[in-house]
Amino acid sequence: MSAGQPPMDSPEIQRLTPVLGPGHTYASVTDKISAIVLTRRTSVGWYIGFLLAFSIFGVMNIAIGYLFMKGTGIWGINIPIGWGFAIVNFVWWIGIGHAGTLISAILFLLNQKWRTSINRFAEAMTLFAVACAGIFPLIHTGRPWYAFWMFPYPSVMGIWPQFRSPLIWDVFAVSTYGTVSLLFWFVGLIPDLATLRDRSTSKPKQIIYGMLALGWRGSARHWQRYQSAYLLLAGLATPLVLSVHTVVSFDFSVAIVPGWHTTIFPPYFVAGAIYSGFAMVLTIAIPLRKAYGLEDFITMRHLENMAKVMLATGLIVAYGYFFEFFMSLYSGNKFDVFLVQQRLHGPYAPFYYALILCNILIPQLLWFQRMRTNVVVLFIMSIIVNVGMWLERFVIIVISLTRDFMPSAWGRYSPTFWDWATLIGTMGMFVMLIFLFVRVLPAISIAEMRELVTETSEEHK
Amino acid sequence: MDGMRENDSIDGHRHNHDAHEASVQADDHADEHTEDLTLHEHTLDIAAVRAKLGEKSGKQYWRTLEELSDNPHFEDLLHREFPRQASEWDETVDRRNFLKLAAASLAIAGISGCRKPEQFIVPYVKQPDGMILGKPQFYATAMPFGADAIGVLVESHEGRPTHVTGNPDHPSSLGGTDAITQASVLNLYDPDRAQTVTFLGEIRAWSDFLKEAETLVADAKAKGGARFRILTGTVTSPTLAAQIQNVLKQVPGAKWHQWEPAGSDSAREGAKLAFGRYINTVYRPEKADIILSLDADFLASGPGHIGYMKEFYRRRKLTGPSGTMNRLYVVEPTPSVTGSSADHRLPLRASDVGQFARGLAGLVGLGSSGTLPPAAKKWLDAVASDLTKHRGTSLVVPGEFQPAEVHALAHAINAALGNVGATLYYTEPVEANPVNQVESFTELCADIDAGKVDTLLIFGSNPVYDAPHDFDFTSKLQKVETSVHISTHFDETAEYSKWHVAESHYLETWGDVRAFDGTVSVIQPLIAPLYHTHSAFDVFAAFTDKPGLTAYDAVRDRLKASASASDPERFWRKALNDGVIANSAYPPISVAPKFSAAGLPAAQAIPSGQLEFIFRPDSNVHDGRYANNGWLQELARPVTKITWDNAALVSPRLAEKLGLTQRAAARGGEHGQIVSNVIDISISNSKVTAAAWILPGQADDVVVLPLGYGRKNAGFTGSNKGFNAYVVRTSAALWSAAAGTEAIKKTGDDYPLACTQYHFQMEGRKILATGTLLEYQTNPDFAHEGDETPKNPKEMTLYKEFAYPGYAWGMAIDLNNCNGCNACVVACQSENNIAVVGKDQVMRGREMHWIRIDRYYSKLETKTGDPGGADYDALENPQTFFQPVPCQQCENAPCEQVCPVGATVHSAEGLNDMVYNRCVGTRYCSNNCPYKVRRFNFLRFQDWETPSLKLIRNPEVTVRSRGVMEKCTYCVQRINTARIEAEKQNRPILDGEIVTACESACPSQAIVFGNANDPNSRVAKLKAQTRNYPILGELNTRPRTTYLAAVRNPNPELEKA
Repeated sequence: MSAGQPPMDSPEIQRLTPVLGPGHTYASVTDKISAIVLTRRTSVGWYIGFLLAFSIFGVMNIAIGYLFMKGTGIWGINIPIGWGFAIVNFVWWIGIGHAGTLISAILFLLNQKWRTSINRFAEAMTLFAVACAGIFPLIHTGRPWYAFWMFPYPSVMGIWPQFRSPLIWDVFAVSTYGTVSLLFWFVGLIPDLATLRDRSTSKPKQIIYGMLALGWRGSARHWQRYQSAYLLLAGLATPLVLSVHTVVSFDFSVAIVPGWHTTIFPPYFVAGAIYSGFAMVLTIAIPLRKAYGLEDFITMRHLENMAKVMLATGLIVAYGYFFEFFMSLYSGNKFDVFLVQQRLHGPYAPFYYALILCNILIPQLLWFQRMRTNVVVLFIMSIIVNVGMWLERFVIIVISLTRDFMPSAWGRYSPTFWDWATLIGTMGMFVMLIFLFVRVLPAISIAEMRELVTETSEEHK
Repeated sequence: MDGMRENDSIDGHRHNHDAHEASVQADDHADEHTEDLTLHEHTLDIAAVRAKLGEKSGKQYWRTLEELSDNPHFEDLLHREFPRQASEWDETVDRRNFLKLAAASLAIAGISGCRKPEQFIVPYVKQPDGMILGKPQFYATAMPFGADAIGVLVESHEGRPTHVTGNPDHPSSLGGTDAITQASVLNLYDPDRAQTVTFLGEIRAWSDFLKEAETLVADAKAKGGARFRILTGTVTSPTLAAQIQNVLKQVPGAKWHQWEPAGSDSAREGAKLAFGRYINTVYRPEKADIILSLDADFLASGPGHIGYMKEFYRRRKLTGPSGTMNRLYVVEPTPSVTGSSADHRLPLRASDVGQFARGLAGLVGLGSSGTLPPAAKKWLDAVASDLTKHRGTSLVVPGEFQPAEVHALAHAINAALGNVGATLYYTEPVEANPVNQVESFTELCADIDAGKVDTLLIFGSNPVYDAPHDFDFTSKLQKVETSVHISTHFDETAEYSKWHVAESHYLETWGDVRAFDGTVSVIQPLIAPLYHTHSAFDVFAAFTDKPGLTAYDAVRDRLKASASASDPERFWRKALNDGVIANSAYPPISVAPKFSAAGLPAAQAIPSGQLEFIFRPDSNVHDGRYANNGWLQELARPVTKITWDNAALVSPRLAEKLGLTQRAAARGGEHGQIVSNVIDISISNSKVTAAAWILPGQADDVVVLPLGYGRKNAGFTGSNKGFNAYVVRTSAALWSAAAGTEAIKKTGDDYPLACTQYHFQMEGRKILATGTLLEYQTNPDFAHEGDETPKNPKEMTLYKEFAYPGYAWGMAIDLNNCNGCNACVVACQSENNIAVVGKDQVMRGREMHWIRIDRYYSKLETKTGDPGGADYDALENPQTFFQPVPCQQCENAPCEQVCPVGATVHSAEGLNDMVYNRCVGTRYCSNNCPYKVRRFNFLRFQDWETPSLKLIRNPEVTVRSRGVMEKCTYCVQRINTARIEAEKQNRPILDGEIVTACESACPSQAIVFGNANDPNSRVAKLKAQTRNYPILGELNTRPRTTYLAAVRNPNPELEKA
């Protein structure tokens, strides 16, 4: 930001801060974004970061390899706590994977222009998060080599999955979401891939990008088809944003475990997912724009808008917490009442308080514009919300299981080295994929940014 | 069960053994395969091959160059049945591996097909009598146990004994068993058993030992027989005793000493004090209305306990509110199984129990008096008046570990109450040679010290481990020139003995044994010895003039000679078939007490403020002899729920005084791992370090040191577990020692204990319904107070109800009859091939028992649920209740709905079937199970490699591997066996035809299984009672397993107080 602009907390800022920095033309946008992939030298920082992430990814592979050798007993799970880190991580990653499609699809349908510069990497992040999430349902089974039994394939024995089980609904919800997100992302990429094809100088790049561009020539007919396909996919993806986490929440609300069996879960899980998804977009966007000098494309207005979405969804989540709490007491159900007492006073109470702190109290700072526009604060806040949302799943999934119906069977859970290795390992995989993504694909949609150039220049006239 | 006992012929046994011998050999062979698993590749010597080729003339065929080079490793490879692959054999034989193996074995078959087999393998030409492959057979035999023998029927699959059931005809079983008896079959297959004769640790042939025995006898005769000694445990076998007498005859002057660390010298001496000689007491709890136990755990340990339990609980069966019950008072220092199921329980220090007995004797007019605390005084008055009101129908039982005077007082009180001949009777001693064992053992030690002992035969005892520490037996044993130890394991004593003879298991030998009432049973083997083992009879025979006499001949001849029957052969067969010898029980004798209670010397009271340390045999490993039994190690002790360890038990108040605490660990928590303070205990000039355990209901200032742990040489499973209480036990203070509080010092360390249930409150939930008999009479529906079970559950669902037109299997568990003895848990483990997971996994909350026994304390409010934060007054004497929890087989099962692959499904007869090979292991079913009865194979818990453990498995039950959920199936294999029989005969399955493993083991018949659709079945009748209720009925799971509320029968006089 140059000097002479109005102060940060001015009410004018919203109107004045553009979604695209001033002075950009078609060429400058294209140059700047495609340069990251094609011409700029890969920085040492990228190599260091990638190697670091790659080695953490290696840890994940070792953890999973050892798991396959020994069995799920290497984790901290037991009877009564049959689900531990694996399911917590699954729900957490799936939640994170919500923001991308929400930004691309719902905001697209709502014609929110500010989505343009963040949708591409938000979608990529979604895909990577779903990939991370997808690992867990597979590896958490006792016999992962039979996990395919959860798919309805024509088995010679004529056996089908058991469709009353929410886990089967999960399989469909997550795989559909993953597929549609991938298609949506890929369709959006086609014009940019063509740009890269046209601009790349080496043969292999031309061939690879050329193949991926599916023969895009930028004709009016192409654009017309492209836009209707994109619109249709956006329409298709929109309900999925809401459905995936709704179905994931069924894993719990359909069960009879106190703390799981709650009708408020679907909306509360979706809100939580968007909350954590936006937090993760911020966690990635802030270093990305800094590293590649994209402050003009991902402007303060983007960050602020995302902060606002976080504040709003965070409040919905807080509402969820409150009503979960209230309904437990109001119902008078002794198991639910006991659960509330356990959350407040039980052996895991510190986790519950930490969750309230991370997800409800600290994000209230976002009411202040000074906070919303402070990049460092936003970055820290996004991390805190991610931790908080992870804790939320831990509290719901694990702590509910520690003390359910039969006091004689009450137990406790504590993660092992391998639990942590798997969690951190998937983070490594996620970061590694992000690094690869920014290196080989345009992190910001060139085509849409070009549109934005036209639109904003008209606005500023 | 009677109908299933088929074998009536000796031939059948013999065939049985032959058949088995073949399989034993096969196993030995298998053993070879597993040795030296890695065959190293050996380099080929081309030069040698050339040389070989040069030597040969004519047409030569060779298979490989290796063979030609005469490489011994290749020879070795050829001689194996499955070279290489055998060593790679894993539990997962997938198609690919199978094909590989098939191809490989085909190739090998081609190679070695021209070789003659070295041994002949003969299939059955004539099938042994009664044996149908795939159908188990049942044989009656008896398990010797201390001064008792437990009659059992053993299930045998193609010659492999796999499961033990009680023998209904045997007085010490009456059809029931206990945990130790159930687990005894695992001792047979224990891979750590000693397998041969050894001398100084080196393997010797049996003939070497025979030769040595001959020399020893000759030497002893030459040097004077007194230098030849025998040390045994308690022996009740007439034949073995006769054999020992034979040895003593061979070596005139030789002496027979006895030592049983958890034996009952006090009972013997008490009888001597009362009657002037050793007398055996047999109780008839069934005849008693009022029973007082003076620190006697007569329902769970000691001679006759299984039969006593059965009889006792016959008087507690309620068919309706008009039913009557006996009343049990228990005075004891530490909560026992008996005490926990008492109607009134008074915690008193062990030394005060004597005072109590004196006081009681005074109140029944025997002229003695005891000093007691005021609260106990009131209790005593009430008990005394209740007893005197029930002359002839009351019973006073003194504890095995109480001093002789308490036993004498109990004899006098019973006589004064007119109970002798009514609720108890006296017989001649059942031990072959009753002696005061401490004196006998002391004499032996003194003689060794005096250099008077050259040869010592030790049998049935492990004195290096379990002798009182003041004897310092280890150094004494080393002074003996030739020591021979006979035991099943190469144990601590074997380590210090010159010769060790591996002893056969009772399922491998012939023999006979006397039960607590004198009944003789023939011990018949079900299997030929797995290893080169010998029975004690054989060993003692070696020292007689007939070393070749077999136990079989001896027992048979002895029995036939004693038979008055006209047809001795028939008599013998009947004895084998029945498992008891008819009319062999000792007749009651009448003896007059020669004892004056008033004349007793003043008791030495332990001053208040002093701590009382008492020693008790462990409920699972007893005196340590079962330490290497994984089933018993992993079995949660009835009251403490500790597994794999023993701990010094302290009362909550004493713990508070000493600042001892314990807490649930983050991993495993209440259902797994409790971290306790470690204490140093310095008493009797010795010191031991133990983990402390705070036990509600224990008398103040009492510390219990359970025996049987801290073994150094028990085997893989039993060594170095817990602490060895024998280290601080002296011959002068065998059962209790006093010391000041400074005897206990916190070391500052903590020790994790594997405890399967630490939480003991019900948190106001409808889990265990209890009431008093009075409540039951006034409000027959008391079990349903506050019950939220939906009245009309069918209206709660849109779907049509599933009808069960045929059988509807159900179970009713009468909590009134459960005292948490654990027999069902081990029976289930044995029947259903349930894995032992080890301490570490138990501490993670992963034990695999399909049926668990929950223990709750009632009328107890604590703030946090941890004894550490508890109200100490409430913990002083809580009422204890036990509840066995198998799968509840819900009709509306939460587990079934959530399984993504349909691996747990509902059967048409209402079972929640578990399809192991469909299970992918999401564990969702377990999460959704409100009763938490599902068990998951988190790791590969089953032992697939150890050859001997393969023999123990029940072939009718799948052996589960890792990643699979498992749970109670109502013994579906037994249901199907009965169904096949019934369908063959074209009739419905009869009530009582299917007996689940837990039901058949239960000595108190608390568990009843059957067809709930048949209104005349036992289970339907129980379910029709008003006491019947489901656990957590408000969840509308509609469990098929229901419970009958526990009813206690307190004395209204004491209730008022």
